[in-house]
Amino acid sequence: MKILVCITHVPDTTSRIAFTDGDTKFDKNGVQFIIGPYDDYALARAVELKEQSGGSITVLNVGEAETEPTIRKALAIGADDAIRVNAFPEDALFVAKQIATVAKDGGYDLILMGRESIDFNGGQVHGMVGELLGIPSVSPVMTLDVEGNTAKISREIEGGKEYMELPLPFVAGCQEPIAEWKIPNMRGIMSARTKPLEVKEPSGDASKTKVSKFELPPAKGEVKLIDPDNMDELVNLLKNEAKVI
Amino acid sequence: MAALAFVETDEGKVKKSSLEAVSYAHAAVGEVTAIVFGSVSDMEEIGKAGASKVLHVTDEKLATPNIMAYASAIAEAMNQEGSNLLVLAKSSLGDPVSARVSIKVDAALASNVADLPDTSGGYSVKKSIYTGKAFANTDLDGDKKIIIIKKNAVAIKEDGGSAEVSEFSPTINDNDFTVKTTKVEKAEGDILLPEADLVVSGGRGLKGPENWGMVEDLAKTLGAATGCSKPVSDMDWRPHHEHVGQTGIKVSPSLYIAIGISGAIQHLAGVNSSKYILVINKDPEAPFFKAADYGVVGDAFDVVPKLTEAIKKAQG
Repeated sequence: MKILVCITHVPDTTSRIAFTDGDTKFDKNGVQFIIGPYDDYALARAVELKEQSGGSITVLNVGEAETEPTIRKALAIGADDAIRVNAFPEDALFVAKQIATVAKDGGYDLILMGRESIDFNGGQVHGMVGELLGIPSVSPVMTLDVEGNTAKISREIEGGKEYMELPLPFVAGCQEPIAEWKIPNMRGIMSARTKPLEVKEPSGDASKTKVSKFELPPAKGEVKLIDPDNMDELVNLLKNEAKVI
Repeated sequence: MAALAFVETDEGKVKKSSLEAVSYAHAAVGEVTAIVFGSVSDMEEIGKAGASKVLHVTDEKLATPNIMAYASAIAEAMNQEGSNLLVLAKSSLGDPVSARVSIKVDAALASNVADLPDTSGGYSVKKSIYTGKAFANTDLDGDKKIIIIKKNAVAIKEDGGSAEVSEFSPTINDNDFTVKTTKVEKAEGDILLPEADLVVSGGRGLKGPENWGMVEDLAKTLGAATGCSKPVSDMDWRPHHEHVGQTGIKVSPSLYIAIGISGAIQHLAGVNSSKYILVINKDPEAPFFKAADYGVVGDAFDVVPKLTEAIKKAQG
């Protein structure tokens, strides 16, 4: 089975979010970048599927040269080779078109990625790639098993789960508990240095959206503490001050 | 512009988040057509929220959610109605469906939109990003646009008229039916967490799943949905679809009540769009108090039943 895993290069979940250049650029100062946590689940499941039934894993990132340490980490976790499309990931459509261009002639049985990137949280790229390639797309996927040419998956819906069967190939946006995150071991880290990482120039497709300015939400005021023996006061505040109950 | 609003139902009733989408489209454009699939018991709500027309898809094949077929039907409706704006609420169905529609109709798409568009110079929307920690003012190019709204982007309009309902029979394409839904597991009668206006969540401080009774009592008294922290769902005390946080459900209720949750940054990422946050924790140093509007430093086992009683008393 040939699996393509698309990863994002995003700030660690504990990062302080700030902007520079007149609020037009993300402030990378002191920020550690990681494989998107949802993409990490997708990669972990790909490694498990390869362990079960063989095949290969290609990891794909649309990003500038600075993302290469993140790509190497994915290789250390268990991908066989990597492709970096050398471009800033401007918007979901732009990224989806780059992925579709790579995937079109790749003959992949599965295209996995996270349900969303944790920077822009759009959750759109997998659906767009599916439509561009004319194959099914499913998200957010919680379990994924493959038997021959068919996959069985479960997908989270509001208040529950949907179980589905579908033919390969397809695109899946993944989330927990599809697999446990994998930590690279020393052998993986050593071998990742020499695994092939191909750099491709982007296709000519343009994005349709552009960020003009970032903004931070207004700062929270001080917490109002209420005596545990005075719940009537708390109810009064929720009712008459916040007006939420 | 002419707008189409994608309306979802839950147990045959129009979802509140979808009524927000209709009202958003009405406020942004004026003339709104809605599209809804399957049986609907409260169709009149769609008109009240601001739609003048409803396309009702009654084909049996489309009675249950199908990502590819719904995308085809919505794209066809947009072409038929000449809609250049599609508005929908963020959801597990809306997200994957609208992504495919955006390719079919060649539209610029913006997700997690928190406010009405600014058309003073072009077409700009305010997107919530970094799980609620920032906003991106984003320009959308081209003739067609898709806007996926975040909860509370607008208030639901209640004084619209009655919408004219007509049947809509989209072309059925066999290629859209290769994905088969074999089973659906869903808690019935519960308030859906992402839709809820009030949420009561419990964390590890509750010590075990057997102690969830008081969380449920408080939630029931308030008419709130119940949620939990990641460790609680990881330990299987509660189902995964109740997990609120960075890698779980993101909620934006009017009031979020956190009981026995310390407030790890990953949990805060799921709740920081809440209008008000009340934290109940016995540890005064719990980081959650820094993100809270109201706080009670005390033992949950003592405070929560007392709070429930006080609410009942106030309700009379």
